Amino acid sequence: MSPVLTLGVVGAVATLLVLFEMLRRQRLREKYAVIWVVVAVGTVLLVIFPGLLTRASTLLGVQVPSNLLFFAASMLLLLLSIQFSYEIGRLEDRTRTLAEEVALLNLRLEQLTADDPSGPVEATEDDLGGDPGGGTGDGLRRD
Amino acid sequence: MSGRPDQRILVVIPAWNEAGAIAGTIAEVRASQPDLDILVVDDGSGDGTGAVARSAGAQVVRLPFNLGVGGAMRTGYRYAMQEGYDVVVQIDADGQHDPSYLPQLLAGLEDSDVVIGARFAGEGSYAARGPRRWAMRMLAAVLSRLAGTRLTDVTSGFRVANRRAVRVFADHYPAEYLGDTVESLVIALRVGCTVSQQPVHMRPRTIGTASQSPLRAATYLVRAVVALALALVRRWPAATETLGQEK
Ligand SMILES: Nc1nc2c(ncn2[C@@H]2O[C@H](COP(=O)(O)OP(=O)(O)O)[C@@H](O)[C@H]2O)c(=O)[nH]1
Ligand SMILES: [Mg+2]
Repeated sequence: MSPVLTLGVVGAVATLLVLFEMLRRQRLREKYAVIWVVVAVGTVLLVIFPGLLTRASTLLGVQVPSNLLFFAASMLLLLLSIQFSYEIGRLEDRTRTLAEEVALLNLRLEQLTADDPSGPVEATEDDLGGDPGGGTGDGLRRD
Repeated sequence: MSGRPDQRILVVIPAWNEAGAIAGTIAEVRASQPDLDILVVDDGSGDGTGAVARSAGAQVVRLPFNLGVGGAMRTGYRYAMQEGYDVVVQIDADGQHDPSYLPQLLAGLEDSDVVIGARFAGEGSYAARGPRRWAMRMLAAVLSRLAGTRLTDVTSGFRVANRRAVRVFADHYPAEYLGDTVESLVIALRVGCTVSQQPVHMRPRTIGTASQSPLRAATYLVRAVVALALALVRRWPAATETLGQEK
């Protein structure tokens, strides 16, 4: 095997091992692991059968096979990044909603326990973790 | 006149690190009209804003971390819905808005759902220059058109909303850039609420500083254009923001 091929196989196998270990320790959810497993297995296949890439290139009319590989890889990364941005945005929306609900529940609790002689369950600044440094900052402050 | 006597009014004050100004603002709001409830939304302040507001006699809801004015206001609108308020007033914590204009704003609710306290509508002498001014002009022009009435200051954080608008804002109050001002107005207009304005005098900042530099002003212009364009074309309601509407 040429050095390039060796590198490819080593990289792919290492990726698979890391993925497996992360899944085993429940640090990674299957839905995110699937795509990376597919990528790693694909890499191994391409290394073992270089003919696949050449044939695909001829089929698509790409002159240099490695260009096809680079193109496909960057498209894949781009799409995945977009997918992650979407997931993060959704998580932010949900945390925001949760934060608002928690705050309102806390206020309700304070109001309910205000005249309770057993003492209010006041949330202290410590419990709630103040934000002295300067908030989420960008994008959220109105000018 | 100052709103109908049977109306329950909630004043929501979004506050972030305003321990120095909040007590004065609360006292002033109280003085302008005695029969209102005040809710300070302490947006993860690190300077004890919440405690100061509480000892000044306001209800305080404390967000666990900083969400920005949009998040703070949506919390306020949700509280208003839960507690069955008829009118919500939004006013800045820093004392720049003069609560003595409240009666005029509330009177404006007779014939519209949202009333903005506008700085450029004759009263006072608030001035902006350069790109910032162009941005504000552009925003005002587009929103005036949408609203079918003249709006001169759509980025004002001084406004009142009736129940109809509060119901919308409790679900949809964007946290994005300019979302708490411009986009929330677009949302209100797009669901059929009416918006109008009343002239107010705006005071200079007493504590702390507002940001002004040519570069920031230019950035503001660009971001304003983008924010407005997005607000106009956005499919609405945004599914991700709607409470209890997740799949
Ligand atoms: N809840 C919340 N309020 C904020 C935040 N940033 C500013 N504010 C409040 O919004 C109001 C206006 O802020 P300010 O900086 O004076 O904006 P300007 O008057 O438009 O220049 C004040 O009451 C601030 O306390 C934030 O991140 N979260
Ligand atoms: Mg201000």
